[in-house]
Amino acid sequence: MYQYDHYDQTLVNERAAQFREQTRRFLAGELSEDQFRPLRLMNGLYIQRHAPMLRIAIPYGLLSSRQVRMLAHIARKYDKGYGHLTTRQNIQYNWPRLEEVPDILDDLASVEMHAIQTSGNCIRNTTSDHLAGVAVDELEDPRPYCEIIRQWSTLHPEFSFLPRKFKIAVSGSQRDRAATQVHDIGLQLVKNAQGETGFEVLVGGGLGRTPIIGVVIRPFLEKAHLLSYLEAILRVYNRYGRRDNKYKARIKILVKETGPERFTAMVEDEWLKIRDGMLLDEGELQRVSTFFQPHDYLELPSKEAGLEQHLLSNAEFAAWYRRNTVPHKVAGYRAVILSLKPHGTPPGDMSDSQMDAVADLMDTYSFGEIRVTHTQNLVMADVRQDQLFDVWARLKLLELATPNVGTATDMITCPGLDFCSLANAVSIPVANAIQALFDSYDYLYDLGDIRINISGCMNGCGHHTVGHIGILGVDKKGEEWYQITLGGSSSNDASLGERLGPSVPRDEVPAVMERIFLTYRDLREEEENFLETVRRVGIQPFQERVYESH
Amino acid sequence: MKVIKNGQPEEKSWTHLADEEPSQTGPCTVSLARWLQEKEELLKSPNAVGVRLSAADAPESLATDLDAISLIVLDMHPFTDGRPFTQARILRDKLGYPGEIRARGDFLRDQMFFLSRVGVDAFELPEDVDLQDRLKAFEEFTVTYQAAADARRPVYTLR
Repeated sequence: MYQYDHYDQTLVNERAAQFREQTRRFLAGELSEDQFRPLRLMNGLYIQRHAPMLRIAIPYGLLSSRQVRMLAHIARKYDKGYGHLTTRQNIQYNWPRLEEVPDILDDLASVEMHAIQTSGNCIRNTTSDHLAGVAVDELEDPRPYCEIIRQWSTLHPEFSFLPRKFKIAVSGSQRDRAATQVHDIGLQLVKNAQGETGFEVLVGGGLGRTPIIGVVIRPFLEKAHLLSYLEAILRVYNRYGRRDNKYKARIKILVKETGPERFTAMVEDEWLKIRDGMLLDEGELQRVSTFFQPHDYLELPSKEAGLEQHLLSNAEFAAWYRRNTVPHKVAGYRAVILSLKPHGTPPGDMSDSQMDAVADLMDTYSFGEIRVTHTQNLVMADVRQDQLFDVWARLKLLELATPNVGTATDMITCPGLDFCSLANAVSIPVANAIQALFDSYDYLYDLGDIRINISGCMNGCGHHTVGHIGILGVDKKGEEWYQITLGGSSSNDASLGERLGPSVPRDEVPAVMERIFLTYRDLREEEENFLETVRRVGIQPFQERVYESH
Repeated sequence: MKVIKNGQPEEKSWTHLADEEPSQTGPCTVSLARWLQEKEELLKSPNAVGVRLSAADAPESLATDLDAISLIVLDMHPFTDGRPFTQARILRDKLGYPGEIRARGDFLRDQMFFLSRVGVDAFELPEDVDLQDRLKAFEEFTVTYQAAADARRPVYTLR
């Protein structure tokens, strides 16, 4: 993975020192609340319901064991012993004290980490495929480009006071695991007719109050022009994006109101003027790419007798293998997904002791690296097949082997009303109530792949609009109600869920889910998964079943 | 009013004329609207003339007048409106304006480094600020990742 040189380290140290001084000025009354707000947000610091919340950047989700140990240390020393992984592959802490945040940033800087631009109206963490570099369907590893974008966007002098936040995702595989169609900019590595690799550029996707699927504004962008094209898009946005209404300030509204054709013309016009002056530096691309070369994999057989034996003799292990491991492009290896969704706990939360133990596992079994997924799980991407059984046994002791990845209990949820000052309703208890429906794995596995996403308000941090089943908390005269949508997706077939009908009270959500599941079971054909059935039959049969007694 | 120009305190002062205010002797600035309306008259005066841009103004409106303008003021309000950062880049990079670009109004000490990178070379500050402290704001970062309108080199050219 990428290693800082003294320039990278100096910048992060200087940023930490700057924030220490900004915090001092705020506490001394030299900066007002209004002046300090954008400064602290640009360093990931929110003032929340109980305490400040600090969001720490995990560039494209990749962490070393040394960094994971530091995250454990931070959870222990400054928080209540846990952290929460987010849908943008970052981690956030809900209980730090404002006065201690500068110390946390110093600790982070010591392991090449920071909280730069994890919030605020600026370019946020660049996210990517959690299987980057190991996926069997990968065209090219997207991470060198993510790192180049990270550096270009870090403390960008022109684009640090944008109309609104700005999120970029890069995918290098056929299957989009980075939700590129619902980002402000989505970059998809593609091959052109000449066999060269470049980027398909999407703009204007996003969730939140006005969910929109992004549009392709350039089907093929040569790699050399990556940064000039991004700069052209950002310049048009910074100039013309709406600033009169924060709910209409994202680039998706600009694209929609301007019209994709005219917006594209504006970008292309700007790009023509700057592109020759800012070609991607070949040497720098090569330098960055050397950090993402394949690991020193052993030559291993693709079939492993010991593994086969365990799969036959241990049904629990076999279930975990099926749900929580995925193929690797190198024979004899698999990627292992650590489920942070054990039933009955807050999805995406991880304790300090789990972090420390996982760091040890990373060192022993997976070249000392791990990735955060946008579905709030972790991936040890390079595990030998003959070590899978050992890894499973150890993960099980850590409660990180719940064999539910991709199923109805592997939900994305925002922190919700329990933590967030924006939320209308709780999210975590709703997720736990849905998990409680499943007292047997047979039922869960029978339902197969289902993505359930829960947001506690329409800002949509839980990505409810792109859940196969989306659950949105709404406030109804001081009571928590939930609106259900069906048929959303953030993958290649991206779509926004359709509203099922009137919202339902909190205590009825599990029963409604049960009816949705049963309707699917009744209507599915052959191997059809949940989303396919919804798309084939439409939402009407689900509406009838859910609302029949209402 | 205090002014920092090119990283140094500066004495020369400009009068910022409101749209209805009569011209005065000495260097004056006017709004873009007034400039576009009265430029022939303004240019007859021996005084240096500057133009103030609000965040919504298009710097391209000045494209053919740049030789006659001694100062362009970017009026920042509120400080969270980032359009002046792009205005400065357009003036420097696209229109090749070599003269003084001055930030005025509601900007933070913490934005001065960024402003200096996009082409702003002068800062108008209230009387009560500590100039020495403000000058330090330009030195908070010794590393820059990207090229902008200033002379600081992007890190990749140094590696």
